[in-house]
Amino acid sequence: MAKECRRPKALTDTPFHYCPGCTHGIVHRLVAEAIDHLGIREKTVGIAPVGCAVFAYNYFNTDMLEAAHGRAPAVATGMKRVRPDNIVFTYQGDGDLSSIGCAEITHAANRGENITVIFINNAVYGMTGGQMAPTTLLGQVTTTSPYGRDPKDSGYPLHMAELLATTRGAAYIERVSAHDVPHIRKAGQAIEKAFRYQMEGKGFSMIEVLSTCPTNWGMTPVQAMQWVKDEMVAQYPLGVYKDLGEKEA
Amino acid sequence: MAKVIFNHQACKGCGLCVSVCPKHIIALSHEELNEKGYAPAECTDEAACIVCGFCATICPDMAIEIIEE
Ligand SMILES: Cc1ncc(C[n+]2csc(CCOP(=O)(O)OP(=O)(O)O)c2C)c(N)n1
Ligand code: SF4
Ligand code: SF4
Ligand code: SF4
Repeated sequence: MAKECRRPKALTDTPFHYCPGCTHGIVHRLVAEAIDHLGIREKTVGIAPVGCAVFAYNYFNTDMLEAAHGRAPAVATGMKRVRPDNIVFTYQGDGDLSSIGCAEITHAANRGENITVIFINNAVYGMTGGQMAPTTLLGQVTTTSPYGRDPKDSGYPLHMAELLATTRGAAYIERVSAHDVPHIRKAGQAIEKAFRYQMEGKGFSMIEVLSTCPTNWGMTPVQAMQWVKDEMVAQYPLGVYKDLGEKEA
Repeated sequence: MAKVIFNHQACKGCGLCVSVCPKHIIALSHEELNEKGYAPAECTDEAACIVCGFCATICPDMAIEIIEE
């Protein structure tokens, strides 16, 4: 039987503006549950992205800052260095993190900044109308790839977890998925571990969460979950890409 | 006893809870739309609920709570 399940304290009472069935809401709850569980709400600072999660500062019941598009890891770097006793996390989409913010995330990881990054990979730019992102799958139809993504024009899906795992500064990198109940529970454990590593001073961690955008994919929420399972997981293998474990960073 | 509570006003009628319930006892109620205009999810047979929590785990809008009574 399930444990009690109520709205986490690390979320405000404000209802999410996300579309029906969008996994942003699920991941917000997982982040908030991790913060509650670790008892760090009073000292946590979140950095909101540009993208559908731009209003994250209305939802997390922690201190929040808003960064320019893609620059959340740079803002988090400053915040954490000035206030090392605070727990600092960013919450970023794939347009934000892997496209316009690719430099900031790469160097934050490489510098081993002691921050936690939650990366929502839904394979499109959601907020602006479903354009192709660096993470869009080969052959995937979007508003800017109407014949399907062709690698001859627009390259290949960018694998951020694998890429950042090559930096010496990264402590913990895992790719998880939010497409069904067991995977959501596993994602919650990974997110909590990423926050715990920051508390232990281990260094940079990123959890990439395979997510849905039913609205721009033109699917029902249930179909979108199935598409993550069938198509996204095949091209973005789940698992731990780097983990310093109990070793010192 | 733990109990599952559906908050109709918080629901967006996405149907994810319907798709994961192992007892097939969740349905979207098209008879009465909520304030947002969505057909809210409801439990059609509370006695059959095994309180597995799958519905609450997948709900993106925390419209489902599990409480101890
Ligand atoms: C400097 C700058 N360039 C472009 C934009 C327009 N813009 C807003 S959101 C967005 C993409 C967001 O996509 P993603 O990060 O994948 O998040 P999602 O909306 O899918 O959650 C873009 C390009 C902007 N706001 N600022
Ligand atoms: S546009 Fe896509 S990512 Fe944005 S809230 Fe809607 S479903 Fe979610
Ligand atoms: S707790 Fe489990 S059995 Fe009960 S309504 Fe939810 S999914 Fe169905
Ligand atoms: S998952 Fe939540 S929002 Fe979606 S239909 Fe069920 S109760 Fe409503």
